[in-house]
Amino acid sequence: MKELSFDAVVIGGGAAGMAAALELEAAGKSVAVIEREERLGGILTQCVHNGFGLIEFDEELTGPEFAERFEEKLAGRPIQAFCGCTVLELDAAGIEKTVTCASSSRGIMRIGCRAVVLAMGCRERNRGNIRIPGSRPAGVFTAGLAQRLVNVEGYVPGKECVIIGSGDIGLIMARRMSWIGCKVHAVIEIMPYPSGLTRNIVQCLKDFGIPLYLSHLTTDIYGRDRVEGIEVAPIENGALMTEKAFKIPCDTVLLSVGLVPENELSRMAGVSINPMTNGPWVDSYLMTSLPGVFACGNVLHVHDLVDFVVEESRRAGRFAAAWLGGARPVRELRVKALSNVRYVVPSRLEPGRNNKLYLRSMIVKNDAILEVKQGGKTLRSQKKNHVQPSEMLTLEIGEKELEAASGMPDASLEVSIV
Amino acid sequence: MGGRSTGPGGCFDVAIIGAGVCGANIARKLSSYELEVALVDKEADVSFGVSKANSGIVHGGFHHNKKYLKARLEIRGAMMFDRLKAELDFPFTRCGIIVVALHEDEMRAVEQLYAQGVENGVIGIEMCSAERMLELEPKLSRDALGGLYAPGGGIVEPYRFVFSLVESATKNGLQLFTNWRASAAERESDSWVIHAEDGRSLRARFVVNCAGLYADEVSRIFGAEDYTIKGRKGEYYLLDKLTKSKPNRVIFPVPTSISKGMLVVPTVEGTVLIGPTASAVDDKDNAATTRAELETILRSARNMVPDVSETDVITSFAGIRPTLGEDYYIDASAKVPAFIQVAGIQSPGLTASPAIGEYVKDLLKKAGLKLVEKANWDPYIEKSPRVRELSAFELDKLIAENPEYGEVVCRCECVTEAEIVEAIRRGHTTLDGIKYFTRAQMGRCQGGFCTYKIIKILMRETGMSWDEITKHGRESTLLRGEL
Repeated sequence: MKELSFDAVVIGGGAAGMAAALELEAAGKSVAVIEREERLGGILTQCVHNGFGLIEFDEELTGPEFAERFEEKLAGRPIQAFCGCTVLELDAAGIEKTVTCASSSRGIMRIGCRAVVLAMGCRERNRGNIRIPGSRPAGVFTAGLAQRLVNVEGYVPGKECVIIGSGDIGLIMARRMSWIGCKVHAVIEIMPYPSGLTRNIVQCLKDFGIPLYLSHLTTDIYGRDRVEGIEVAPIENGALMTEKAFKIPCDTVLLSVGLVPENELSRMAGVSINPMTNGPWVDSYLMTSLPGVFACGNVLHVHDLVDFVVEESRRAGRFAAAWLGGARPVRELRVKALSNVRYVVPSRLEPGRNNKLYLRSMIVKNDAILEVKQGGKTLRSQKKNHVQPSEMLTLEIGEKELEAASGMPDASLEVSIV
Repeated sequence: MGGRSTGPGGCFDVAIIGAGVCGANIARKLSSYELEVALVDKEADVSFGVSKANSGIVHGGFHHNKKYLKARLEIRGAMMFDRLKAELDFPFTRCGIIVVALHEDEMRAVEQLYAQGVENGVIGIEMCSAERMLELEPKLSRDALGGLYAPGGGIVEPYRFVFSLVESATKNGLQLFTNWRASAAERESDSWVIHAEDGRSLRARFVVNCAGLYADEVSRIFGAEDYTIKGRKGEYYLLDKLTKSKPNRVIFPVPTSISKGMLVVPTVEGTVLIGPTASAVDDKDNAATTRAELETILRSARNMVPDVSETDVITSFAGIRPTLGEDYYIDASAKVPAFIQVAGIQSPGLTASPAIGEYVKDLLKKAGLKLVEKANWDPYIEKSPRVRELSAFELDKLIAENPEYGEVVCRCECVTEAEIVEAIRRGHTTLDGIKYFTRAQMGRCQGGFCTYKIIKILMRETGMSWDEITKHGRESTLLRGEL
């Protein structure tokens, strides 16, 4: 068994992990990145469509291109990347932490460190998670698995397709399946609004004439050996209208019904999880409930764009480096998600410096106001032309903004959408 | 295809139709004698029928009156599991069973079960106060009034049990034929000639009908007794390993007249199973889950264990139990010679199955089969390492010997490439077969991350092309084209 030691270990070599590792190294820390796949890049490597990097590089890149830019940056720095290496156990309760991982080429490695950055990303919710009843034939795939099969492995998962859920991967796969000559019969969404980005609804469904059924629930998947079709029923005023159910014959069902931060390793290490995000609770340093363990990217909360992932992960890397150097938040305020706000990450901020917060709306609304209050006093009232759950909002609280504004400097910050 | 499969003398001594838990137990028992035995199944792998989707319980022996054959076989069978586990390396634990009463009437029913258990000779059975129940099972609802406890009850992975039995029998000379659906049979001098749908055939002196849901069809093919197996569907939910609701013991409600009720089962592998429902179905092929039934399961499970949460659900499935009469039908046919019926094996069939193996062996002997014990019968099978059960030191050593043990393919259940290869080497060449052998694709992502990796390994190891890869055989191909 090999024993190694670094200042920091980053778990996950996707966009988040690479961005965090670069910042740690730039701050003079020795850092290792552990990646279970054979190459860095995470899920980006199978996202061959473009639209990545508009914020980060001010140009439209494909997923693999975006990943390559970061890989090149990493390659030029003394950052140790262990690919094909799966973390089996994280022992992070004490000051000295141990990451135990396995790979075919190196066997078991035990890596000692004082800081860990969790950057494991997320996984797709599956059929069981949303409890679609019916038989269990071949031909039901998560959209991401179908994407992998088409874009990387070069196989067609099916010819006659229905997509359940209007998440971004599902929308992108609707277009991808159309391009490879498959017929996409419908996209079924349980909510009254799409769960993917507006640009994807336009570019991937409307441009291809694929019908989107909003407020429809999939009530059955049928077929003995291979999928033969699904049954859907509309939801009206919250009630399932089973008498209006109809069938859509197909041989393939792709599921794009949400993403879940993949925190099993974190949970087993004792990290507290926020049930609203399924990611760790983090403070103003993006540090979890375990001192010295940080989290960023989709393992913290599911992001819309890789550009946001990178931005957040850079901060996590810098905070981790600062923390290793002895820096600690001087004073923190709780941030609460109130009316119409699903969550705010991080859930604490440090007055006296710039803080960046990500939040998600629970409602679809035009001319909405993003409101920040402290002790009953409104600190900020920001107009938003349009809010919807699928588009993440950002909020920056400036260095001077909180000083003496409310007269209650220790009160929680309350974020609402009205 | 076509051609006759035969034993060395041109004829098998025994052909067993159906490679479920009964067929497998009978096959293994017979493999200890100087006999040529064939085991055939219509599916692509063994245990793909009734035996793959059930509660996986080794019952406590108090649910049935011992006037029934099924109760006697249950009690005998339950005692045989410890030895079988030692020989066959399948997941089994005696975690104990509790029956929980939530109101006074149920308490009276529990007392009857207790009396029956004592009468049946159940070891260690006890009546429990509410306090004792909560001590045994802290996850239980505070509404529990009391119940009973049978410490000998346990949990088993049914498909792994069948895989091990068949492997052991094969090691001792059994011939297994899969994708072999019996479609016709005739008597030729003193033996049976059995034809498969695809043109293959085999000859055997004795036939054992263990065809589960289709035992009635097989019986008709042989011109034996006319009876009808009815399907009773049971739906289940499987909960994530990290669920807060995981009990220490199997929790039963008080049984109803048609079933033992919906259970909360801590599986051997750490997940939690809730269910089954019980509803009569006409189509024995249609193991589909339904909205209404699944809601019933959650409600019922929460009554007993309030921590059960729908957010922990990772999958749902249904199994169909073969029902015939009140008792099992295990006997030599009175209509045709050399034909043993093993039919209507519903709950507690898994528990009873090792005893059914012995019972059928005795029936065959009575019918004239000569039994001579093999001098070199080997009851053990080769244990295969399970990476998730190893310490870091053990795994490090294993990777040094075979680097594929360092390649984690299924992250949720921690299954490595070496274990997938091992499953394929042992004959499991469908995605479901690999899943049941290794647990890869069985965890919380349900194969979202590892399916494509398994497909690639399967193609590499077997030489199959992409269009031959199936979920569970037949027409269940996974891929529909190449780019």
